[in-house]
Amino acid sequence: MEIQHQHIRLEQYHPQKIYLFYVVLAVGALISALGLGSAYYMEHHGHVVTGMNNQVFWGLPHVFAIFLIVAASGVLNVASIGSVFGKKMYKPRAPLSGMLAIAMLAAGLAVIMLDLGRADRLIIAMTHFNPTSVFGWNVVLYPGFFGIVGLYLWTLMDKPMNQYSKYAGFAAFFWRIALTTGTGSIFAFVVARQAYHSAILPPMFIVMSFAWGLAAFMIVQRVMFGWCDIMIDVSIRARLKNLLGIFIAASAYFVIVYHLTNIYFAKQTGFESFILLNGGTITVIFWLGYVFLGTILPLFMLFHPDIWPRPLAVCAASGLAIVGAFSFLYVFIIGGQLYPLDIFPGMEVTSTFMDGKIDTYVPSLPEILLGFGGLGIAFTITVLGVRSLRFLPNDDVTVLDGGGHILE
Amino acid sequence: MSEQEHDTGGASRRKFIGAAAAAGGMAVIAPGIHLIEVSQANAPTRPPGEAASNLVRWGMLIDTNKCTAGCDDCVKACATENNINEKVADVRQGSQWIRKIEVKEAKGGHTFSLPMMCQHCAEPPCVDVCPTGASMKRADGIVLVDRHSCIGCRYCMMACPYKARSFVHQPLTGQNPEVPRGQGCVESCNFCVTRIDKGQLPACVESCAKAGHHAMIFGDLNDPSSEIARRIAQTATTQIRADLRLDLGVRYQGI
Repeated sequence: MEIQHQHIRLEQYHPQKIYLFYVVLAVGALISALGLGSAYYMEHHGHVVTGMNNQVFWGLPHVFAIFLIVAASGVLNVASIGSVFGKKMYKPRAPLSGMLAIAMLAAGLAVIMLDLGRADRLIIAMTHFNPTSVFGWNVVLYPGFFGIVGLYLWTLMDKPMNQYSKYAGFAAFFWRIALTTGTGSIFAFVVARQAYHSAILPPMFIVMSFAWGLAAFMIVQRVMFGWCDIMIDVSIRARLKNLLGIFIAASAYFVIVYHLTNIYFAKQTGFESFILLNGGTITVIFWLGYVFLGTILPLFMLFHPDIWPRPLAVCAASGLAIVGAFSFLYVFIIGGQLYPLDIFPGMEVTSTFMDGKIDTYVPSLPEILLGFGGLGIAFTITVLGVRSLRFLPNDDVTVLDGGGHILE
Repeated sequence: MSEQEHDTGGASRRKFIGAAAAAGGMAVIAPGIHLIEVSQANAPTRPPGEAASNLVRWGMLIDTNKCTAGCDDCVKACATENNINEKVADVRQGSQWIRKIEVKEAKGGHTFSLPMMCQHCAEPPCVDVCPTGASMKRADGIVLVDRHSCIGCRYCMMACPYKARSFVHQPLTGQNPEVPRGQGCVESCNFCVTRIDKGQLPACVESCAKAGHHAMIFGDLNDPSSEIARRIAQTATTQIRADLRLDLGVRYQGI
């Protein structure tokens, strides 16, 4: 039987909407510029203009930066499922996935670099290698990621190079696993702090990267398809939303195990009760932001048979998963520093410098703008990328369906 | 030349030779005298250009029985020595090279007071995590930050189990040229490294002794004849968070 090839062509250069492209680009550029301006302001006046201090020294910019870096490696997962695991439905999505990975990593690194006390000395970090520093590893892992994903995109988008895409895809997959392991290890190797120092953190970050990256991918895909007045095929949407649901649930599983093990250790119960019960804003952000809005609600929306097929339902659930990501990271990074270091176990301590006391942190406007500036940079790179090259998924639904690649 | 003249000349020559011999003798003996002085301080001068030696391991012993609650002479001396005088609206954004901690045993109620600063670990986590090598350990065990290669990433602050490091949050003026500090860099107690190299004691130790408390002893842990080494050999001392096995240069007595 001859299969009817029903191609869905995407018109990326929609003439009626060309003006809108410039508006969108200008918005992205403006947000990025506000972020850069904030970084300049912080650099000029010092971090005294931020809400950070010598107790909470990694603040809101780190929440944004680590979200972007973790999601960057996760968004590449969409391509990996196609290239490494041979799922045909994901192959048309590989270029967009790779481009988003580069855009988000660039943005995340920009935020973390611009928050440095001496961003002008970045060259020292790039020319000095300390093998015992996880930051040192990252100086190798991050540029390597750009290079490998760049090569991977070349093999995907240039026909003569297509034959190498599987190898490049494998390399990118292994590199991204190493990269997220590195990001999780930044915290896992911190032996002295109650909130971190856990071997579960690198795998937890990897699973979270799957969820956050796919959520970001779903939103970008939905917006870009909407731009072109195309509805993504319902069967493809079903596959992707199920995968997103599994990743959100798996992330929650790791968070539960992380907290359960801590609760079991007597020395950690003070920290756990701060996060889970009496931490004020931190506790609210954990339960309302991460657990309810970021986990339960999106899972309900993605798996309720009457809700997920509705227009924008999967996109909204993806947005909620990202709200959950930010909530988790805020609790993890800020909450982990607010709780005092246990320098004298079993003793009550007081000092002039917050020993034995729970600190407070309120992010300042420059920090907020720098964080959003990072999102603006990722957004701007994405808009430019999609405008310049054919990154949008071009699904041949009949072929996929005929080949058994779409299963309801 | 008359005999008298000759005699006079001989006397003057003898005087000259005597003076020269005395000056030469002093030149030979003087360093010895100096050595005797510094041996009491346990801090021999290190000439410029000579590398720090790993035969020395500088350390500090703090006797909490002699440390008075509410006394912060050591904190003030540190601030004066290192020009930590910037005004910050939020005290948490100010530098804390050394701070006093009041400790109370939760059940029994026993209290004690102690100064907390960089513990100068033999296995310093701050040095492990530093991406630029700015956090470093000198051969003689002093852990310090190279203010010129620190990029201000604050990873060392995350890694330090003692909250001993501070980030400079604002521009600084009127610095002590021997203690360079800078906005956007991390800093911490360096045992007054330039004073030690000159054969002096760290400012905190000196101020504690001046106040008559004598709660802080500084010296070479590797030298069995030093006071600090003898005290550690004779008395029970504690390394804070000894479970981390960082082999600290700072020990506490009476905890």
